[in-house]
Amino acid sequence: MSHRVRLWVLALGLLATAALFAAACAELPPFGGDRHPYGDRAVHAALLRHTANTVSSVNFDQRALDTLGEESILFGSVLGTVVLLRQTRDEHRTAPVPTPVPAGTRRYGLLLLPVTLLIGLYVVAHGQLSPGGGFQGGVVVATAVHLLYIAVDYRALERVRPLGAYEIADAAGEAAYVLTGAGGLLAGAAYLANVLPYGTFNTLSSGGTVPLLNAAVGVEVAAAVVVLLARFLGQALEIEGDEDRREGAG
Amino acid sequence: MSVLPYLVAGWIFLVGVYGMATSRDLVHAVGCLSVTQSSTYVLLLAVGYRKGGTAPVFSDIAPGSRPVVDPVVQALALTDVVVGATVTALLLALVVQIAKRHGTTDPDALSELKG
Repeated sequence: MSHRVRLWVLALGLLATAALFAAACAELPPFGGDRHPYGDRAVHAALLRHTANTVSSVNFDQRALDTLGEESILFGSVLGTVVLLRQTRDEHRTAPVPTPVPAGTRRYGLLLLPVTLLIGLYVVAHGQLSPGGGFQGGVVVATAVHLLYIAVDYRALERVRPLGAYEIADAAGEAAYVLTGAGGLLAGAAYLANVLPYGTFNTLSSGGTVPLLNAAVGVEVAAAVVVLLARFLGQALEIEGDEDRREGAG
Repeated sequence: MSVLPYLVAGWIFLVGVYGMATSRDLVHAVGCLSVTQSSTYVLLLAVGYRKGGTAPVFSDIAPGSRPVVDPVVQALALTDVVVGATVTALLLALVVQIAKRHGTTDPDALSELKG
């Protein structure tokens, strides 16, 4: 198929999709309307289970099995990336040369590292109360560690980042989620049912299994993002193929 | 115009698909896939919006005192963001390997099979 024909086929497909989508939009309930049957029921269920953050209640209680699926996609993608970006036989590792960092960057990076880490942990821990949770907080925790790379250098990052431990933490987060779900079975309820006492509304210990599943996701996401970034940084900074070496020699 | 937010989501989707189909670089194609995916966030949040609504979080407002937006679609969008980011990372890892093995990231130059 020539380039021109391909563009025509594409234009046809896009226009047809656009027409169908616009027709479907006209049938949707009007934007900003007051009828949200699922939303109202989710809010009601979250309040019954003493979870102040309804979004967390939906993710970790009402739709906990779906979240297990999504978490497994995350786990699988990280596993795939680790396999794809491993060091192959014709490649070798070189230690990257540290370059001096401007004093301002160093100062603010080191200053913000503990602050970012604390905010990340806060967001994970308060997932059942305030906006946030394991997914968002995990990413913040993982980025906090990488401030060390920006503020100091790669070797400093490597020192606080034992990669094997993070890979185990990634798997442990996934396992903790699965096992918490199995706890429901042991208690004589359904898989991933919220079997723990709901606690006092609007306190850290509210929501039954929600804070536990939330913490499991937080651990997994934080470890997953660290492992992902480590693999990409390794490819960019450390691993060199035969071709690079030849070019370097020539 | 009450359907405009939905149409914006459709527009982002079409732009992303157009970019993927006409892309001359795999990194660019992966970026376009992310754009296509983000159209679903816009659609979901548009579906869940309620006029005068606030966040469905009851740590600082009394339940029932104010209308809240739909928490179900927010939960869907939220997990999708992190999962989408890791799937993008997986695709970029594939591109890194393709670039290493074939020395190119142009999808049109990757037609021949290599052992």
